[in-house]
Amino acid sequence: MAKARLSILAYLPRTRFNAPVMERSAMRYSGFKVIAQGLFGNTGWKPAWRDPAPKAEYDAVIIGGGGHGLATAYYLAKNHGLTNIAVLEKGYLGSGNIGRNTTIVRANYFLPGNSEFYSHSLKLWEGLESDLNYNVMHSQRGLINLFHSDGQRDAFARRGNAMINQGDDAALLDRDGVRELLPYLDFDNTRFPIYGGLLHPRGGTARHDAVAWGYARAADQRGVDLIQNCEVTGIDIEGGRVTGVQTSRGRIRAKKVGLVVAGRSGQVAAMAGLRLPIESHVLQAFVTEGLKPVIDHVISFGMGHFYISQSDKGGLVFGGDLDFYASYASRGNLPMVEHVMEAGMTLMPMIGRARVLRSWGGIMDMTPDGSPIIDRTPVDGLFIDAGWNYGGFKAVPASGFCMAHLMATGQSHAVAARFKLNRFATGHLLDEEGTGSQHNLH
Amino acid sequence: MRLTCPLCGPRDRREFYYYGAADYLRRPAEGASPDDWNDYLHNRDNPAGLTQDLWYHEQGCCAWLKVTRNTVTHEIVAVEAVAVADAGGAA
Repeated sequence: MAKARLSILAYLPRTRFNAPVMERSAMRYSGFKVIAQGLFGNTGWKPAWRDPAPKAEYDAVIIGGGGHGLATAYYLAKNHGLTNIAVLEKGYLGSGNIGRNTTIVRANYFLPGNSEFYSHSLKLWEGLESDLNYNVMHSQRGLINLFHSDGQRDAFARRGNAMINQGDDAALLDRDGVRELLPYLDFDNTRFPIYGGLLHPRGGTARHDAVAWGYARAADQRGVDLIQNCEVTGIDIEGGRVTGVQTSRGRIRAKKVGLVVAGRSGQVAAMAGLRLPIESHVLQAFVTEGLKPVIDHVISFGMGHFYISQSDKGGLVFGGDLDFYASYASRGNLPMVEHVMEAGMTLMPMIGRARVLRSWGGIMDMTPDGSPIIDRTPVDGLFIDAGWNYGGFKAVPASGFCMAHLMATGQSHAVAARFKLNRFATGHLLDEEGTGSQHNLH
Repeated sequence: MRLTCPLCGPRDRREFYYYGAADYLRRPAEGASPDDWNDYLHNRDNPAGLTQDLWYHEQGCCAWLKVTRNTVTHEIVAVEAVAVADAGGAA
């Protein structure tokens, strides 16, 4: 073990462990670099992160090398100077939901508790590429939620006001305003005529995998050990305190452990004797063959669950609602496929000519009120970041930021103060949809 | 996915309404503590593998069903009417 550590140290510039200097010494990406490398056959690129063996002990360990886990590690190192930390990933980095989502980034929440959190996240997104020195292809192309009745218009007007009060942007479009931006919609559908839409200009998309890779690379540069193929098989607790984890690559001691494994939270939490307010569900998504630019916003249909955007590669990326039964299968069933296709054809008949390339499913940590959890657990030193329902992607920066704050200081960050694990017991719910605190309603 | 309703036979998933984990059958007794109620309403084992949950045959016979299924493969292992299960065993 000592030998392995020595060889890693010998391999790296010393300055790497000194954050401010490190950034100058690590390989920086730039347009110039791309051109220069192109001239020399692209032979000078180095791996974006190391592949270290686990040490026997760290100051903190994060279970889960997805977007949220990698972001947590990055902000622990950047904001709190904790660099003797490791991220433990069962498979490969970014092998879970960070690669399975529909890439939408927005801050259009209504409830205090959610609103400031997602607002904070969007601000982090807006500085993310220069912060990470990584192109995550964040594209603020504007998000439009359509409405189809007077009642829905009122609800969206209220939501837009809440967004503006939060300091974010929103504009209520009438029918002509929507037609100007999205002329290809079926405005006169007899069942679901389009009355208008709520435009969120700073909403948009980002390249999902690149977010994981960017955080991984930036965390690694600050000295974080990213350990892949390392499955956590047990959580060690002595006298009510966490002391480390058992893994497929041996025991790792740590006084702080972060559980960041949305999609599998129940199983990992059970290793610490916890039973969570979470039921896992499958959410399907779809992509068509690549097309020329045709949809240059993110659009959601207000009747029937359907939303769509176009990736930079040209595929139309779209999805619908949960399959609505507890599931860990990374695929869904045909009734929801049919519903999503019907909704898409109802809203924009032109996409009927596009061929669907593939579909997939992601496993969602569903909480009873549809909002997430970033909190301490009853076990000292064990923290949890879970319950992202179907909205985890846009939350990645703020989730990592707030989880890091919690793990470093022991206190919830102000913008995540209401994401309590025990809020279902105390009644402090965050029911954004207003449908009730029950597992089958979100 | 098809569920075999004990009264109607094999039917399409769309005929059924999913309610949630079969934990709902173990309602706390009168006077139970708030913790018991919280556990009953919100906390779940949420297994990856065999689970039991409640489905309502909404577009069929309107029976409440206790379904044993595999959450990883979507295989349906057993379906019994809650009324029968409640009475102490399978029909």
